[in-house]
Formats: sequence, C-alpha cells, structure tokens
Amino acid sequence: MNFPSELKYTSDHEWIRVEGGEAYVGITEFAQRELGDIVYIDINTVGDEVAEGQVFGTVEAVKTVSELFMPVSGTVLEVNSELDASPELVNTDPYGKGWMVKIAIADISSIGTLLSSEDYAAQVGA
Amino acid sequence: MKTTALTDLHISLGAKMVPFAGYNMPVQYAGVNAEHDTVRNAVGVFDVSHMGEFILKGEHALDLIQKVTSNDASRLVDGKIQYSCLPNGKNGIVDDLLVYRIDEKTYMLVVNASNIQKDWDWIAQFNEWDVEMKDISDRTSLLAVQGPHAAAALQSLTDIDLKSMEYYSFKKGTFAGINNVVVSATGYTGAGGFEIYADNAHARAVWDAVFAAGEPYGIKPIGLAARDTLRLEMGFCLYGNDIDDTTSPLEAGLGWITKLTKQFIGSDLLREQKQQGVTRKLVGFEMLERGIPRHDYPLVDEQGTVIGKVTSGTQSPSLKKAIGMGYVSIAYAKEGSEIYVLIRDQKVRARVVKMPF
Repeated sequence: MNFPSELKYTSDHEWIRVEGGEAYVGITEFAQRELGDIVYIDINTVGDEVAEGQVFGTVEAVKTVSELFMPVSGTVLEVNSELDASPELVNTDPYGKGWMVKIAIADISSIGTLLSSEDYAAQVGA
Repeated sequence: MKTTALTDLHISLGAKMVPFAGYNMPVQYAGVNAEHDTVRNAVGVFDVSHMGEFILKGEHALDLIQKVTSNDASRLVDGKIQYSCLPNGKNGIVDDLLVYRIDEKTYMLVVNASNIQKDWDWIAQFNEWDVEMKDISDRTSLLAVQGPHAAAALQSLTDIDLKSMEYYSFKKGTFAGINNVVVSATGYTGAGGFEIYADNAHARAVWDAVFAAGEPYGIKPIGLAARDTLRLEMGFCLYGNDIDDTTSPLEAGLGWITKLTKQFIGSDLLREQKQQGVTRKLVGFEMLERGIPRHDYPLVDEQGTVIGKVTSGTQSPSLKKAIGMGYVSIAYAKEGSEIYVLIRDQKVRARVVKMPF
C-alpha cells in the first residue's frame, strides 16, 4: 500500500499535507480500502475551529460510516467540492483529487507529533 | 475461527476477509458496487458454505417439520423447496430457513450459519418421533451462482436442463463431472440463478469448473457485502437484523409463510396476534434527503418522537439512492407515509415504499 513520505499521518487514518500555514487533509489508502465504495462526504464545519482529534465530518460508504478526525487543531477553510459529484475520488486517488478539507493550522509545531509514513505503515501492518 | 473449503482460495484472489458467524469469509473482492452490478447484469459466485444443512429422515420427518416450522411443508412435493421460519413460541423467530423435500421421508433444512447450534437444539427438543437428524453443515460446501446469465454460464457443466428449472425447485445430478451434486434454483439476490451443494472434497473442482464455464459471461467472485446490498434491494429479511427472537413473522411481513390453518409451535399466540392486529410492521423506506440509514438508527415522526428503528440500510448500488428497512408503529406503515431517520442527531426525511425497492 502507498503512504507517500511527504505526508504526515494519524492513527485514525487521516493524512495531512502541509503547505505553509495551511494544509490539505484526507484519508489514507488503507482507510478507503477498509471503508469500500464511498458514497458521500458529510462536512458541516467550514469556518469552524476544530481541535486536534475532534470530528470535522463523516464519510459514508455503501456498507459503513466513519467519522473524520482533525490531525491537528485548526480552522476548516474549504471542503473539496469535487467530492459532491465524484465521491469515488477518495477511493481512486486518496492523496490527490480525493482530499477532503483545507485547513489553517493553529500551531505549526503540532505537526511534529504526527506519524511519519513508516510509522503509519507499521501501525496498519502494511 | 472456522474456514470453508475455499477460504485459502479467497485470500489468494485478494479478497478482503472478515469474521462472519464464526467463519473467515470474503466480504469484498473488486468493490461492493462493481460486484453488485456483476450479479444484477451478468453472473457472480458467492461462497456461502458457512450456511447450515440438516437432513431429517424417517417416517415422521414431515410431522417434525410441520411442528417446528410456520409454512405448510405438507404442500411440498419431491424436488420442491419452501421458504419458512422456526417460530419460538413467544411471537418471535428462532431462524428463517429453506425446507427441501428430497423424498416423502427425507428433507433437508438450510439454516443460517450463526444459528446452526441454536436451530439444531431447538428442533431436536421437539423430536418426539425419533426422526433421524443429521447435521451435514461441516462437510457441505455451497456456492451461489447468481445473475441473469447463470443458467447459460453453467449449462455446459450438467445434463440437468437449467433453463427449465422452476424457482424454488432442485435436482440432484452430475455437475462438473461430480455425482450427487444438488442444484437448486434459489438465491438471496433477486437476480435469478442457482445454489450448488457439494461435498467439501469437491468444492474447489466445482468452483474451478464454474469459473471456466462462466468466463465468456464475465463471471466474477462476489463477497458478502454485495450479497447484503442485493438482498436488501429485494426486501429480503436478514436474520439478526430484520428478524430475530423478538419479532413476529406477522410483524415482519412473513404472513405468507405463516400458515395459521395448521398447528405448530406458537401458532395459537400468532393466531391471537393476527386477530388483534400487529402494533408495528417491518417496512421499506427510501431517503428523500441526503443520508444513509444504518442498523439501529431511530425512526421518528415530524415532532421527533420515536416511532421505530432501522433494521437494515444502505446506499442502493442499482437505484443510486439510500434505502432501508425498519419497524414502525402501525400508523406509519402505509405506503407513502413520511417518516424521519435520526442520523447523527439530525432528522432526515424518508418515505415508506413498497418492496422490492
């Protein structure tokens, strides 16, 4: 399974890609495989400050539903609107077109506590 | 954890495996939507060897079956199958099952994997006639070959004329060169097709022959996830979700397999319930707003008062909308009734519809 080394990961199976003080967040390849075919992403937190580990939305798959957790504290700036029409992008391109939210990071140093790709891969046994 | 004769094969094919009813079972291969479409439009194969099979044999086999099941098995003839249930005597259901009449004195009961021991014990306690009971579950493999192209895909493997087989009938014969295979025109998908019972020793040979013969028809292996979306689109009950020890067959819409003209365990209570009328009913509903109903989500009215709960729900791959089944108070059971599903504390609008969806 593919866990790009330029990303950071959480034990709840989110990834984060930092670009300056902002970042993109999505779910990992492992997570999308576990969920199966994704039907829609439900995120009502745009404009909200959400603390690390708190729920910023949910992802609904055909067979199951799962909550989405903030990798670090920050403000949700934007939801990937392409996922409205094409939720399957999370399955087919989880680290690219399947990103879920763009956030403003509250404290950039909090990135340091996240998992590296090796650590995450070890955790999921991949 | 228990395995089927094909567990290693599923793993080698890249299936995602999950524990189900104590067995290590394939839940998904290519993806639930793709697998679902394969069965609706072409042909797919499920390994459902976890299902239980009992053989009941003897002069009084029918008497025992009539006593423990709700449907009227006396109407069966050789080679015919009946959907039925085991009422628990308290207006609940021990299990739902298929009853096969092999001959006048020999029947096969096919029961849910999670209930094999429970059903065996239940039936055995009413066996006052010393009917010979044999549990062949552990040595029997079961492949469900389902889809509109199933008959064409399998015909080269057997002399049994598959196209002419009536729904809910079966034949014993040679299949893929193996003797004494039971070919049954049944399934749990609404897509048509066959269920093939063979000894474990032949499971791999049957699987390989089915895939070789089915190749021109686009045959694919299908996991339990798609089995669930397929059965739910048809409104078929799943034991443990839509029916259980606390739901009566009359509430569950299974009045058609509850023959109150005969005596059976719990028939008096069920007759009483029928006379008084049920207070809740299992209905199908579709979502009118975005949201997917899931097992145990509350069903509420416009004011938010609980009127029932969801027993099964999914995004329907064929209909491209969210559908569900659940029990509602009788006042909301009519087709067209507006109800709400409580999803993460939000009321989401839904409408009661006829099943199949």
